[in-house]
Amino acid sequence: MSFAPFAVAIWIFLVGLYGVVTSRHLVHLVISLSVVQSSTYLLLLGIGYRTNGAASIFVDIPPNTKAVDPVVKALTLTDIVVGATVTALLLALAVQAQKRFGTVDPDELDPLRD
Amino acid sequence: MEKLAPLAVAGPFLIAALFAISLPLSRRRDDLVSIFTASAGVVFVGALLVDVMGRESPVVTWVGGWEPRRGVALGISMAFDPLSTSLAVLAAVLVLAAFLFAWRYFETPGPIFHALMLVFGGAMAGFCLSGDLFNLFVFFELMSVAAYALTAYRSEESGPLQGSLTFAVSNTVGAVFILFGIALLYARTGALNFAQIGVFLAHRPADGLVVCAFAFLVIGFMVKAAVVPFHFWLADAYAVAPTPACVIFSGVMSDLGVYAIARVYWTMFDGALHEHVETLRLVFLVFGGLTALWGAAMCLAQHHLKRLLAFVTISQIGVVLIGVGLFTTTGLAAAALLIAADGLLRAGLFVAVGAVIHRTGSVNELRLRGLGREMPWPVAATFFAGALGLAGPPLLGAFSGKRLLEHAAFDIGHGWIVAVFVAATVLSAAALLRAGGRIFLGMGEPDVQDPVPFGHPHEAGDSEAETTGAPGKTPPVMVVTAGVLVAAGLVVGVLPGIVDGALDASERFTDPAAYAAAVLHGATLALPNAPTFAIDPAAIVLGLLSAGGAIAIALAVLTPRWRIRDAVPAPVGNPARRGYWALRRLHSGQAGDYVAWLSVGAATFGVLVAAATR
Repeated sequence: MSFAPFAVAIWIFLVGLYGVVTSRHLVHLVISLSVVQSSTYLLLLGIGYRTNGAASIFVDIPPNTKAVDPVVKALTLTDIVVGATVTALLLALAVQAQKRFGTVDPDELDPLRD
Repeated sequence: MEKLAPLAVAGPFLIAALFAISLPLSRRRDDLVSIFTASAGVVFVGALLVDVMGRESPVVTWVGGWEPRRGVALGISMAFDPLSTSLAVLAAVLVLAAFLFAWRYFETPGPIFHALMLVFGGAMAGFCLSGDLFNLFVFFELMSVAAYALTAYRSEESGPLQGSLTFAVSNTVGAVFILFGIALLYARTGALNFAQIGVFLAHRPADGLVVCAFAFLVIGFMVKAAVVPFHFWLADAYAVAPTPACVIFSGVMSDLGVYAIARVYWTMFDGALHEHVETLRLVFLVFGGLTALWGAAMCLAQHHLKRLLAFVTISQIGVVLIGVGLFTTTGLAAAALLIAADGLLRAGLFVAVGAVIHRTGSVNELRLRGLGREMPWPVAATFFAGALGLAGPPLLGAFSGKRLLEHAAFDIGHGWIVAVFVAATVLSAAALLRAGGRIFLGMGEPDVQDPVPFGHPHEAGDSEAETTGAPGKTPPVMVVTAGVLVAAGLVVGVLPGIVDGALDASERFTDPAAYAAAVLHGATLALPNAPTFAIDPAAIVLGLLSAGGAIAIALAVLTPRWRIRDAVPAPVGNPARRGYWALRRLHSGQAGDYVAWLSVGAATFGVLVAAATR
């Protein structure tokens, strides 16, 4: 089991966070946020990985075959659904910002100026 | 009874799904169905509470019947004890209050409002009753997404759009931290059940991975609870969310973050981290104290009523975190009493403010000067009673919680924190009393202009236009809802047996062995008798001083000829004022800035926890 997936997960998390902090465009902001979230997928799958393990679908393999952990896959799937919900909601807000105020720069979404 | 417990979550979700797929037939039908559902929720969760109070151990139910074998849990459990069920009851009551208030508040709420509120309510119930770490996370996210959507309910305005954006971005980053913590715990223990993880971790001393997981989970929940410096999103979101949603946000959602910290600590980490509790306690007291004082300082500077209440919420979350962060049974009982009393009072105050908005169409304290006199007098009485109750006058409101918290702090030799939370509660109550004096009694200088455009842009305007002001009448249902919530908040601490009940419930909550025995083996462990505390005369005096101090500060600010501002000498006053404005300007309204602060806070907290557990 290598350390690589965890290092990459940390890297993705930090890169996404940097994107969120410095973002000047709502769509960029939302996508950066999903980059942050995707670090958790890698972390979870990395934790459940077994070297030379089979896919954990026990239909055509014997029940005691060495396989990767199915629980983290379920967690990752749930996590993806949650992430998609948040992304969809935030993108809807970005569309709304463009429609109503003609801007996607969060700095210009200033209630004083409308 | 406990087999039906998942209905507390599934019931509201089903009705919400019906709302989402049905055509809006009539306003009346939507309101009646949601009020009925919310009432059924209160009755049902109340019945669960009665059931769990009559037992010696937490009530456990395994969804789908996947019960543990030989102490190994693979299924998903709901496990609830008196404290968590009481919190679920509070949430259910506030959902009902919010629906009653919304009934006459909106001109045209779509059915999606009802659906969102029901999903929100169901998710909160699930969050309180969950016995499984990952389900806790799922309910956390569900609750959050419903809250983001509710905040952006009037997305045609820039305020709600921006508020919802900062809310969603900050809390999503917080949720990622929680998931990191869950992943690390699963990697170590191969379990997701609180009790199972707790049993595994208790057998060996805490190493770096366990400490990391603890820090990640707590950081995530601190974002939800809006602990300084993770709190920036809260004021933006609560100031612009529809007032019925604010009733729930402020009344209970923020407290759920602190509840989750207590839950994960006592069920999972107590065994591993107990030897470091002395130093860990200091870290939590610093964060809690800072939050209490920051919130109190900021609410003195607000003239936007909902933003003012938002900072009051932050300040009180700090006080509750102090109670939990003492890591003692008495501290936790104090926190529970404070959550109940302050939550009801804040919810009542939000309804009262909502009634003012409904009548006048404005949320600006300065513009509203004297306008409250045209409203029915019970609204004013409710507002003042609620504000004063937050200061904890003898026997009423926050008093019971505060006196227990004083005991708890002195018991473990951290008496200094008492000064911090008393100052915080007095200042936030004073800010509310000042606003009330202006609005309902017409006190203060006429024609004062709001000293913006400093600080946050929201503070300038009356962008609150969810209703345009209904000249003529304040609907009785609003007055009654506000009155009942505030009255409940005032008397909840003097109900016979409530303090002993809270101490007893905390004793059960803070015993990981009894929890694990009930969850994994269905066994009941006998618990020691909880201590009891008679009311101390010193607590009465402190209560009188707090309430008196709050009134005095409010009067001092409202009396023009006292000229407090000029009484401070310039060499002290000017730097203080500059620092104050700098503090205010930190609340910039930019999601990016808030996430930057969140990262700084997370790093600081992580380093402190690492240092505390060496």
